[in-house]
Amino acid sequence: MEESVVEIHDLKKYFPIKLGFLKSLTIKLVPEIRAVDGVSFKIAPREVFGLAGESGCGKTTTGRCILRLIEPTNGKILFKGTDLTALASDRMTKLRRKMQIIFQDPYESLNPRMSVYDIIAEPLTIQGIATSADQITKLVSTALEELDLNPPEEFMYRFPHELSGGQRQRVAIARAFVLKPEFIVADEPVSMLDASIRSEVLNLILGLIEETQCAFLYITHDIALTRHICNRIAIMYLGTITEKGPTEKMIQNPLHPYTEALIAAVPVPDPTARRTEIVIKGEVPSPINPPPGCRFHPRCPYAKQKCQEEEPQLVNATKDRYVACHFPLG
Amino acid sequence: MTLLKVENLTMYWEVLRGYVKAVDDVSFSLEKGHSLGLAGESGCGKTSTALAILRLLPYNGRIMGGNIIFNGEELLQMNDQRFQKEIRWKKMSVIFQGAMNALHPIQRIGDQITEAILLHENISKKEAVDRASKLLDLVGIGAERIDRYPHELSGGLKQRTVIAMALACNPDLIFADEPTTALDVIVQAQVLKVIKELQHKLNLSMIMISHDLAMIAETCDEIAIMYAGKIVEYGDVTTIYKKPLHPYTQKLIKAFPSVIGPKTELATIHGFPPDLLKPPPGCRFHPRCPYAMEICRKKDPQSAKVDGKYHSVACYLIGD
Repeated sequence: MEESVVEIHDLKKYFPIKLGFLKSLTIKLVPEIRAVDGVSFKIAPREVFGLAGESGCGKTTTGRCILRLIEPTNGKILFKGTDLTALASDRMTKLRRKMQIIFQDPYESLNPRMSVYDIIAEPLTIQGIATSADQITKLVSTALEELDLNPPEEFMYRFPHELSGGQRQRVAIARAFVLKPEFIVADEPVSMLDASIRSEVLNLILGLIEETQCAFLYITHDIALTRHICNRIAIMYLGTITEKGPTEKMIQNPLHPYTEALIAAVPVPDPTARRTEIVIKGEVPSPINPPPGCRFHPRCPYAKQKCQEEEPQLVNATKDRYVACHFPLG
Repeated sequence: MTLLKVENLTMYWEVLRGYVKAVDDVSFSLEKGHSLGLAGESGCGKTSTALAILRLLPYNGRIMGGNIIFNGEELLQMNDQRFQKEIRWKKMSVIFQGAMNALHPIQRIGDQITEAILLHENISKKEAVDRASKLLDLVGIGAERIDRYPHELSGGLKQRTVIAMALACNPDLIFADEPTTALDVIVQAQVLKVIKELQHKLNLSMIMISHDLAMIAETCDEIAIMYAGKIVEYGDVTTIYKKPLHPYTQKLIKAFPSVIGPKTELATIHGFPPDLLKPPPGCRFHPRCPYAMEICRKKDPQSAKVDGKYHSVACYLIGD
């Protein structure tokens, strides 16, 4: 087993809820939203680890906590052995060279007043990697070429509004990879793109991961797509991981009832496909007061007495699979 | 019986630099009780087509030609007043994209549904309220929620409210514009289930507009694939998904991942959709088509029937 690049131990992030003045006088305990509640995983070099779940399950918060874009409440984040949570901000800035993020919406993540050249050159100058203009131009044009924005001279001096959605997202990806990072968090990097453009962008990302050998955290709501990108995935529900394991095995043979329901809910591009229908009722409950016991039990079709009382821990089910369920399927 | 027949519909957006050819020579027809999927990527003209049929075009949308025959009547000749009173919402209604923005935030959902009924039908307020509660039951919200405000409902329930509103006047035809895009997978599956049940129970005719081929595969009988303002392929869903003929359809279907069956390589389509201010000459897909020939660059292919009742393709590789 290769040494992992990133190791997360029991990561927690609670957001306090702002109360009005009068309420704050009477209430002793400030209510909190438990966005991330004890998440642990490791990512090895070249590995694409998927974090999947519905909106509000805490997948984005987890990604941002790892890069300390949000300060975690509790837990350890080890990046090649260094604990990031204890790091002073100047040392963190230096380490950021090795960790980058790709955001979901390329219409918002690129500064509309900066040219493509400036956007990609900015991290290079901040980190002091290139000093002379020649050097920067060279690095920027290779970065653009790697993402098939050819010829680079044509794109370099354009502004984001002159690019299509797919081209913008390529610029955002180029900006993340230009520093040759060892770890990248990608928050729904292709969900804004059309199908015909999506697969090409994904292939470019996979190529770059192979080339730079970086560890890649892929945050997504699209389970079907994880099959094509992720080596392993973790399914999150209300701030906790419910199941973790190799993508293909989990999709073919889910162990957690939530994973099963999630996969059954994905529409299939085949009108002749016959499928088992498991449509679970209701919607995700509020993370302010998560249900006692197993968080999924009010919606679980197989829930028993024990599920209401005791919270299941994420335990090893088979060789490389983990599940947090008292009565796993399969 | 043919409910809606669209012939050579052409709709351009007038902008400063000329016309954006958003819908160009589009023809299709819909039988009563059937559902048709209009599929394609952003900017291919699928929503513009629906807006043109519903006469909801903004000031700069120009219908340049074509016929829209609904229940045997030519809609383009009808005056606005009559269209508003007799057709829109009474005979044809819409489920808009993004339920969160389509509902009035400070009106109770029951009032919003009754308003739609009272505007179009001569019935008493009480009858309208009764019908609204029946509709709420029908879409699975429950009549007891009739006095709720939109912010008290979750995304899935709001989307169901919008569906109930679309059903308010027992329309003959419902347009659903990306009815589930803003929802999570499980809620999406719940809403799709409601739509499928309604299709079955009420014998609804629908036009489903979506970029998601997987969703259309689950809900529609026929599908029209649009690319850059034109329908490139049309047919029943099984034929289109199993034996697509147009190179664009073939690639697009393979670009959608599936959770079932063996893992397959995702298809890629090189390049970007064209600028519809100046669409490429000839076939609009030729700059991205791996099989493009000389003729594709010069002459626009016409849609031609292939074997079977419905299946038609606009491509030089097929037929003559």
